[in-house]
Amino acid sequence: MPAPAGGVPYAVELHRITKRFPGVVANRDIELRVARGEVHAIVGENGAGKSTLMKTLYGEHRPDEGTISIDGREVSFRSPSDAIAAGIGMVHQHFMLADNFTVLENIILGSEPTRGGRLDRAEGRRRILEISERYALGLDPDQLVEELGVGDRQRVEIAKVLYRDARILILDEPTAVLVPQEVDELFGNLAELKREGLTVIFISHKLDEVRRVADAITVIRRGTTVGEADPRTTTARQLAEMMVGSELPSPETRTSTVRTTPVLQLRDVTVGAPGGRPLVDDVSLTVHEGEVLGIAGVEGNGQAELVDAIMGLRVPSSGTVVLGEDDITSWSTRARREAGIGFIPEDRHRQGMLLDATLWENRILGHQTRPPAAKGFFIDRKGSRADTERIMKEYDVRAPGPDTLAVALSGGNQQKLIVGREMSSKPRLLVAAHPTRGVDVGAQAVIWELLKDARAEGMGILLISADLDELIGLSDTLTVMLRGRLVATLDPANVTPEQLGGHMTGADTTAGAA
Amino acid sequence: MTALRRVGPALFAPVLAVVVALVISSAVMAVLQVDPFRVFEVMLDFGETPSQQITALVVILNRAVPLFLAGLAVAVGFRMGLFNIGVEGQYRLATIVAAAAGAAVTLPGPLHVGLIVVVAMLVAALWAGLVAVLKVTRGVSEVISSIMLNYVALGLASYLLTGPFRGSPPGSQIVGTADIPESGWVPSLNGIFDLFGLANPPRQLYGFLIIAAIAGIIVSVLLNRTRFGFDLRASGISPSAASASGVNARAMVVKTMLLSGAIAGLIGLPDLLGSTHAYTTNFTAGLGFLGIAVALLGRNRPGGIALAALLFAFLDRALVPLQIADFPASVVTIIQGTIVLAVVVANEVAKRIARRSAERGSAEPVAAGSGPAGTAPAGGSVDERQGVQA
Amino acid sequence: MSTVLTTPEERAGRGPVTTRLTRLGSRRVWWVLAGVLVLLSVVRVISGQDQLTSSSTMSAALLLAVPIGLAGLGGLFSERAGVVNIGLEGMMILGTWGAGWAGYQWGWAAALAGGLVFGALGGLLHAVATVTFGVDHVVSGVAINILAAGIARFASELLYTDNPAGGGVTQSPALSSKPPVLSLPVLSSGPDLLGDLEARHWFLLSDLAGVLRGVTQGVGVLTLLAVLLIPATYLLLWRTAFGLRLRACGENPAAADSLGVPVYRMKYVAVIISGALAGMGGVFLVFIAGIYRENQTGGRGFIGLAALIFGNWRPGGLASGAALFGFSDALQLRSRTAVVALMLLVAIVLAAVAVWQAVHRRLLRATVAAVVAVASLVGYLLIDQLPPGIVSFTPHLTTLLVLSLASQRLRMPRADGLVYRRGEH
Repeated sequence: MPAPAGGVPYAVELHRITKRFPGVVANRDIELRVARGEVHAIVGENGAGKSTLMKTLYGEHRPDEGTISIDGREVSFRSPSDAIAAGIGMVHQHFMLADNFTVLENIILGSEPTRGGRLDRAEGRRRILEISERYALGLDPDQLVEELGVGDRQRVEIAKVLYRDARILILDEPTAVLVPQEVDELFGNLAELKREGLTVIFISHKLDEVRRVADAITVIRRGTTVGEADPRTTTARQLAEMMVGSELPSPETRTSTVRTTPVLQLRDVTVGAPGGRPLVDDVSLTVHEGEVLGIAGVEGNGQAELVDAIMGLRVPSSGTVVLGEDDITSWSTRARREAGIGFIPEDRHRQGMLLDATLWENRILGHQTRPPAAKGFFIDRKGSRADTERIMKEYDVRAPGPDTLAVALSGGNQQKLIVGREMSSKPRLLVAAHPTRGVDVGAQAVIWELLKDARAEGMGILLISADLDELIGLSDTLTVMLRGRLVATLDPANVTPEQLGGHMTGADTTAGAA
Repeated sequence: MTALRRVGPALFAPVLAVVVALVISSAVMAVLQVDPFRVFEVMLDFGETPSQQITALVVILNRAVPLFLAGLAVAVGFRMGLFNIGVEGQYRLATIVAAAAGAAVTLPGPLHVGLIVVVAMLVAALWAGLVAVLKVTRGVSEVISSIMLNYVALGLASYLLTGPFRGSPPGSQIVGTADIPESGWVPSLNGIFDLFGLANPPRQLYGFLIIAAIAGIIVSVLLNRTRFGFDLRASGISPSAASASGVNARAMVVKTMLLSGAIAGLIGLPDLLGSTHAYTTNFTAGLGFLGIAVALLGRNRPGGIALAALLFAFLDRALVPLQIADFPASVVTIIQGTIVLAVVVANEVAKRIARRSAERGSAEPVAAGSGPAGTAPAGGSVDERQGVQA
Repeated sequence: MSTVLTTPEERAGRGPVTTRLTRLGSRRVWWVLAGVLVLLSVVRVISGQDQLTSSSTMSAALLLAVPIGLAGLGGLFSERAGVVNIGLEGMMILGTWGAGWAGYQWGWAAALAGGLVFGALGGLLHAVATVTFGVDHVVSGVAINILAAGIARFASELLYTDNPAGGGVTQSPALSSKPPVLSLPVLSSGPDLLGDLEARHWFLLSDLAGVLRGVTQGVGVLTLLAVLLIPATYLLLWRTAFGLRLRACGENPAAADSLGVPVYRMKYVAVIISGALAGMGGVFLVFIAGIYRENQTGGRGFIGLAALIFGNWRPGGLASGAALFGFSDALQLRSRTAVVALMLLVAIVLAAVAVWQAVHRRLLRATVAAVVAVASLVGYLLIDQLPPGIVSFTPHLTTLLVLSLASQRLRMPRADGLVYRRGEH
């Protein structure tokens, strides 16, 4: 391993790191070299393995293979305490804060100052105010975390690591939930940290921000390191290609099946969050019969809440949802499903299936009130099993039989079953959220064909995805969701991946696009 | 073979638990210089004459019937993820009110019994429904409110017994409601013994056994074969998936508690309609809590609950012979308690093993799609937890 | 037991009543207490029921409140660390048995130790099941209750039948020594100035005298210890590093883990302490009766849990919950006519609530409150004496009423009941 110029060892060096979980290899032969005092970005798509890598570095789990070196010394972490002792601090993407505690209590937890056996809050307060001053964090130690907004919470997390004298900070997708001003504040904080000589590792998929603030970039794709890049000499387009892979699909020319009757109309739908910016901000859209409307966007920009609002799982604070001719804004989930909405949820384990139940029981889920799953008050076991077998054959679900437990199927097969189930009721509208996530290539192709066929028969499909292939290949109309709003409407036949990626990450709003 | 394959894993945990419990109890007994094998011998000794043996059988079955009903009531709640600790109060109140109602009228046989049953089920369902309403409207923990209502029921029953519903003359040793006339009695099943040419003992086998069995079948059909049952079970397995599939969570809580309560109302009826014919101070309490044990052991399924009820009844019946043989009879309660604890631990362990092996069995090489299927999705960090007290 | 019923918006809320009562601590609390005393005084004068504020009632209230409070403290430790403990009743039973067994042989101090140890063992069992094996907390608690009762009976049968010292299947031989009892020197004993003041039946002053005398006369050593445990628990959990870490395990164990707090170990410690405290409650019961007796606990473990929830998982609130329960229990035991006077009190309070709700334009709630207030008043005027059955559940009904009125604004430790497995969160 070459040392950087000047003979000063790397602050952090990961060599051939590999980590496996039951069923997947999350990291494979990862290489990472971070020089001291630099801001180093790790970029990659969702699911590329970035978070897993950082958890390894922070001692939350041990790597199966490979070595970690801090300041030239090889180390092995058994728990986060070891990492903390080595001067590493992690600011998690999903904040690890106790809402019912104050800022002070959250920060000192685990490293409490004591005096004569009692908690020395005064001392803790003093140190926190000092850190807050030095790095311009603006914290009030006695405020309840519950009352803080997202930007402030993040600063508490940063203060947490600084309080423990971290010299190497890991920030996991720090700007995922920040608005532009908060992002600016954060970057100001990072500049302060760098000035004090700290090293910052920064995980992100937002290319504009990365190029703004990073000194060096490592790109990860599908669990392994793809390459390193210098932000000063690499264009956003080149970065995007490294992240996504250069084989990008060209959408086939096909005859449009879009009809004129609208199937779903959203008008000015807003879904609020308590004490903060709205999660879905004044969204209006229309899906016609025979149309696939794709919503592109990085996760966490309001898509999940939009889906909840359409399905009736969340009540919008304003706006209307219209299905066909009916205003369904106040309808229950069951009523909406019965009216002809099919749902392929983003998290199939949480919302799409009962893992500890059999396949034929899962066939019934969501369709309990209609044949073939039900007959009057009763569950039609025979009908359901027969139909499950049909689905298994038509949709190529590989499993021993309809009595297999759902948990025994692979992700791809589970998803195919769900798709088959939802299509079977011939819905007018299909809400498909990340329909091929965690699904192998073969199953993915099958599901795409099914969606296209359904579209040709007049089904309206609302497709939400972060997979650019999928969006470009399937959509008739393409919109982009960013921070709760629909920010662009594009023609999939003409859009380029960098353009799409730019809209998704907000690059178009800054001067970052090359 | 495949039938055993399917049923095997389900039986594994309870059987293992019972074995472990027996081993532990034997160890405890041995340490305290009590011979475990002698104890088991006494427990399994049903007597020499056929009449004695059949009597023992009848005692066990009679005890098992209310236990079964208690387990059934609790299990219905458990399947939905609700804890109905209020069964104790529900069946007490139901029994006294039903006893008083039964004593107050005289109707032709089946109608009279029917009236008593309906009254009991209604009272208990309402008492349980109160818990649900408090939970759904005021957010009161169902654990606390049902415990409090248990005591209120106890007090109410005591007041009713010594006041408006009193049937016995003043100064009696045992106070009770007025006796239910014969048309309100459920005939015994001892005729069956004659049918099979077996000895017909003086001890009467409760006819309510049949009603209990029918209740078990109805509950089984309801849970496994109806839409409502599907919604109920889905809510217990995964509340989020159930909501996404259209189940109204609040309504489900109320309906489940009403059903659970209605079944609980039946618990006191075998004794009431088969032997005592009045609610007295000798009322058998504690079945609500034993019902929880039986439900856990039977894994919340009517078939398993029946077996568990028989097991516990068998153990209960052994109390008298053990005392006669000069053994510490409460070893029975130790065995019962150990079984319950061992069962819950075994259930948990078995669940984890099954999950892990299923996951491993479905392991794939690196997903060529968008990444590991096991990592948490973004866009929401609130852990889903099976919260306990609401 | 299900989170589907509360959305994040609902959970975050802190209602006006709770905010007023729990924020800005001690000063407000004194005002509330004073208000309650005045109210009681008024009701006493109107109804003539001296038992409402007599020292004998207060003394009994204290005796009845202590075991509940101790069980509740046990619950506090456990739940603040994130483990629901329904098994408090069982641990209390073990405590009573341990106290009886050690007490008859070696005296009252040994009884205390015995009760603590046996209760702690129950806690250990619960910890193993829930923390190590990941069993659902409520289920484990119920199993322990059943097992504890069985163990107590079994051990009694083994050790106390044919025991020369006495006892039997359902009770132990008598304790060989009794714990000391204290009284405040001049005020509550000897010249007994407070008693004098109380006997004069002056508005407010005599009531205050009654309250003070009741809690300072003939107070046992364990009572004193139990009362001191309340502030001690507060100091331990809110003013030490240990306490902060323990509470963190109940709020966000993943966060605590990420900062190096040994979550599993802390949960173990908390649950074992919880068992020991419940056991101490059992010891108290044994001291009162002088022996261990089967079913001595009478469900107090559960009531303690209710007091915990009532008190919003804080020691002070818990104490007031236990006190409320103890007071209403004492009242119903001493005088059934005095309980009727309580109905007058309820009428007054609910009338005030009705006015408040009406002023804030919540007419439905105002009407409901007004209706119940009127019914309560009518009941007070018409009923002379409540029958024993009805009056026996006064404390339970009171608790339920208060919970129903205030329940939506309670905030439990956020990760309470969560089966925590490292790495899954």
